[in-house]
Amino acid sequence: MRYLPLTPIDRRDMLATIGAKSVDELFRDVPASARLPGKISGLPDHLGELEVERAFQDFAAKNVSPSTAPFFIGAGAYRHHVPSTVDYMIQRGEFLTSYTPYQPEITQGTLQYLFEFQTQVSLLTGMEVANASMYDGSTGASEAVLMANRITRRNKALISGGLHPHYRAIIETTAHWQGYHAVAGKADPEGLEDPIAKVDKETSCVVVQNPSFFGHVRDFTKLAAACHAAGALLIVVVTEVVSLGLIKPAGEMGADIVVCEGQSIGNGLGFGGPYVGLFATRDKYVRQMPGRLVGETVDADGKRGFVLTLSTREQHIRREKATSNICTNAGLCALAFTVHLTLLGEAGFRRLAELNHAKASELADRVAAVPGVKLLNDSFFNEFTVRLPKPAAPVVEALAGRRILAGVPVSRLIPNDPAVDNLLLLAATETATEAGMAPLIAGLREVL
Amino acid sequence: MVQSLDRSQGRSGGIAAGTSDNPTFTGNRALQIEEPLIFEMGQPGRCGVDLPEPPKVKDRLNGLRRAGEIGLPGLSEPQVVQHYTRLSQKNYAIDMGVYPLGSCTMKHNPRINEKVARLSGIGDLHPLQPMSTVQGALELIDGLAHWLKALSGMPAVAMSPAAGAHGEMCGMMAIAAALEARGERARRKVVLAPESAHGTNPATAAALGFTVKPIPANERGRVDLDALKAALGPANGSEVAAIMLTNPNTCGLFETEIVEISRAVHEAGAFFYCDGANFNAIVGRVRPGDLGVDCMHINLHKTFSTPHGGGGPGAGPVVLSAALAPYAPYPWIVKDGERWRVAEDGAAVDGKPLGRLKAFHGQMGMFTRALAYIMSHGADGLKQAAEDAVLSANYVMASLQDIMTPAFEGPCMHEALFDDSFLKDTGVSTLDFAKAMIDEGYHPMTMYFPLVVHGAMLIEPTESQAKEDLDLFIAALRSLAERAKSGTAAEEFKAAPRFAPRRRLDETLAARKPVLRWRPSNNPPEGDPMKQAAD
Amino acid sequence: MADTKYTQEHEWLRVEGDVGTIGITQYAQEQLGDVVFVDVPQAGRKVAKGEACAVVESVKAASDIYAPVSGEVVEANAALADSPGDVNAEPMGKGWFFKIKLSDKGELAGLMDEAAYTDFVKSLG
Repeated sequence: MRYLPLTPIDRRDMLATIGAKSVDELFRDVPASARLPGKISGLPDHLGELEVERAFQDFAAKNVSPSTAPFFIGAGAYRHHVPSTVDYMIQRGEFLTSYTPYQPEITQGTLQYLFEFQTQVSLLTGMEVANASMYDGSTGASEAVLMANRITRRNKALISGGLHPHYRAIIETTAHWQGYHAVAGKADPEGLEDPIAKVDKETSCVVVQNPSFFGHVRDFTKLAAACHAAGALLIVVVTEVVSLGLIKPAGEMGADIVVCEGQSIGNGLGFGGPYVGLFATRDKYVRQMPGRLVGETVDADGKRGFVLTLSTREQHIRREKATSNICTNAGLCALAFTVHLTLLGEAGFRRLAELNHAKASELADRVAAVPGVKLLNDSFFNEFTVRLPKPAAPVVEALAGRRILAGVPVSRLIPNDPAVDNLLLLAATETATEAGMAPLIAGLREVL
Repeated sequence: MVQSLDRSQGRSGGIAAGTSDNPTFTGNRALQIEEPLIFEMGQPGRCGVDLPEPPKVKDRLNGLRRAGEIGLPGLSEPQVVQHYTRLSQKNYAIDMGVYPLGSCTMKHNPRINEKVARLSGIGDLHPLQPMSTVQGALELIDGLAHWLKALSGMPAVAMSPAAGAHGEMCGMMAIAAALEARGERARRKVVLAPESAHGTNPATAAALGFTVKPIPANERGRVDLDALKAALGPANGSEVAAIMLTNPNTCGLFETEIVEISRAVHEAGAFFYCDGANFNAIVGRVRPGDLGVDCMHINLHKTFSTPHGGGGPGAGPVVLSAALAPYAPYPWIVKDGERWRVAEDGAAVDGKPLGRLKAFHGQMGMFTRALAYIMSHGADGLKQAAEDAVLSANYVMASLQDIMTPAFEGPCMHEALFDDSFLKDTGVSTLDFAKAMIDEGYHPMTMYFPLVVHGAMLIEPTESQAKEDLDLFIAALRSLAERAKSGTAAEEFKAAPRFAPRRRLDETLAARKPVLRWRPSNNPPEGDPMKQAAD
Repeated sequence: MADTKYTQEHEWLRVEGDVGTIGITQYAQEQLGDVVFVDVPQAGRKVAKGEACAVVESVKAASDIYAPVSGEVVEANAALADSPGDVNAEPMGKGWFFKIKLSDKGELAGLMDEAAYTDFVKSLG
């Protein structure tokens, strides 16, 4: 077996050193009733690398790759071009096969890029401080609500009808089992909702998304003020982080916690994960923040270096009093994010955002010109909602039959709500081309 | 200047202040190159990508166009490559050698796993593509689920948790859901966990409103069965919801009375949560389902070699017993005839799902890598890997037991636990000993965990090291132990590491005056080569 | 001369009139190592004897501080926010945590005097 260096002679010699007759003796603490007599039946034996690769090529062949079809799907995960340098860097073994940097003397590489990452996230979101990443945006949003509950010592979260339905479901699940209230607004495809009137003295936080799940770009400055007047926090979720190259950041609107899905920068679609959660807040709340934090310090020679810090918030020290049970973060995905953003820089990131907006504008105009299709958005970044003259799910299936990946029917994420049956979410990034848009428009005209 | 002076205050007394002997002009030491932050490198007008000029369109941003600079630095592609390459050279990694971090399972990360995860048609799929266009992806997830169920001997698995701790949350929610269905959730408020448990166990239980009660260990490092029975109380009035137990436990020992433990837990009407962090020791030899486990998370990044990546991402699927399976969270994969589909929120399904824990379908990239690892090993190779891991740990234990002090007698499983009694009166602490390992070219073992052993040193060699590499590692530790015991080397140990990219770092300063991001006003401290270069 | 009392949790309480000043002992600060953060209760908070009402943190540990007596917090040591090292340098002086207006002076009877506390620390080895 190519991964196992020990030879039969090694094993014999090692057993001799140990003073055991066989490896079975080392397992003698296992109760006899639980010892398996041989291999687990019904499972195949080992394969060579060639056979493994073929098996995965077979899996891949049964899927439609977005690179081979017109593609307009978003809804919380976005297809962008990732420069080759990004994937090369994250596959360097010193990054890929290193553990959490608990020994700072020999993990300055990881610690420095996380410090740079924290700074980038603070800048993008317009916030004061960011952590070293969360599992993803969706779980980060749920952690943000728990953080707001701790800070305000209240237990009612108001959830916008513009929040991604999966994010909402996670917050509701956590609320049910951890014992607080999550009050969700109705799905808001028109972008008209105003939660200000619902904020009261029991409210710990309001969770909104910008652009919303349906694509609308909103100003939450007044909502932030209303939250603060009531002693509540404003949590702003961003599922398309490229939008921050063009849109006023939530930090400038008065948000207290900003959570982003960072997948769009550096991380491929990957069928839903792993992604990377960005989590930023105000300095005054840093001790209530979940997740790892890297801080600057000096070594015994006075040289600048970096360490994990404020660790007493975390489970390995505070145990049942920790801010969160989180241990793992998304280190390597954070590396992909930070390498890509460093390649982009100020100029590249802004241009990338402009390109996305321009492509989506073109797509919106062309789709809205299809008879029977109504664009619901006055504002959007790179994704918008249209109302079709018939249910969207079968339309999307019919187009998939023509190898056109034509967006997400809202009913897939919000089932059992007839009001959204005809709604279709469409996204266009810098990867959209005329060769993709033309078949989509033609296909829509035929199917509708 | 003022800031620099301020930072030197409060330097920990535990750090021996050192002098850089033979400083170079650049501060570099041959292959060790000092590296500034990207924010100190950028120049306006530089960019590492070429993007086309965007067509001019009317803004549809609701008047919310971002004003002013973001503040991101501009670097060219070669600068970016050099920056991250230099940073990478400041890291220790599995790819470099023995990485004996107990409980973390730093085994070889095969590159075929990386390759197949990036295949077109796998790595580039959107999670919300029509299900007819992702049949192979769904089959892949189900294929991994089949292996996990077969290896654990459990009938169901929830695939979506993103990491071990997330899996714990999933499993404990499932237990809460089962208790709620029985009408016993209000009564059963207690979760039992040994003091040696991972910190995530009490953190998870507490988050769900359970009171965590410790159960003591016996002198053999195992759960004290009588104390457990007493804590469980009578079946009809027991306040215990569950026990959270790692097996093999965090001392690297198999719980010899595990069958009796699970029987007692079940007789009291409680559930058995097994922390699967150490599943790698028993894969293919023991099925947790045969031990009476109700649920167990499986850290794919430990047992099944998905890369640790500097602290993530991970994946923590949770295998579930028949009693808990109905409560598994959305989503899961279903096969209708020849067609695969995903059961998502609100769809008509059996059971009483506890809700949703993560967007989309889980950590697909980790599923792909783990399945490639599993298929590469097969049933025969997985069993051999577990045996070699246990053999290697026992070999390390046997080779060091005369000079270091094993915490417990008898064979260990996949990791060897020592306490610090061999360092008594030497002036050398567990921390010093570990830092001296760095100078010998090794990553330290896990220190000060588990908490139940004084000055704990937990060594997990894994199955990935050749015997000659283990022998050199053992010889190096013997040499360090001898030097420590000589009684004259304390200062030398306190000064370690001397040859790493950085010497010991002042964690007190970092925590007292947190600097958590770069700002234009941050200057490198005095004595920093970058500062000198700037001067 | 103010009367200083001690608890088994290694807190000290110095009573002047009906106000007691609370901090941690020399032994406690040695055990903790470098203190990096102290979370003190706000003035006006009512605490019960034995209630966790402050937290003291070192780099690797966080410890709860329990109210040695019941009463109302009248002042917290704001200087600790900027100089937590005071707890190490002068645990019985500048490093005090908070002051409490005692609601029941009878509770003092259950605390140790200096001689008893010294013996208690010795018994810990």
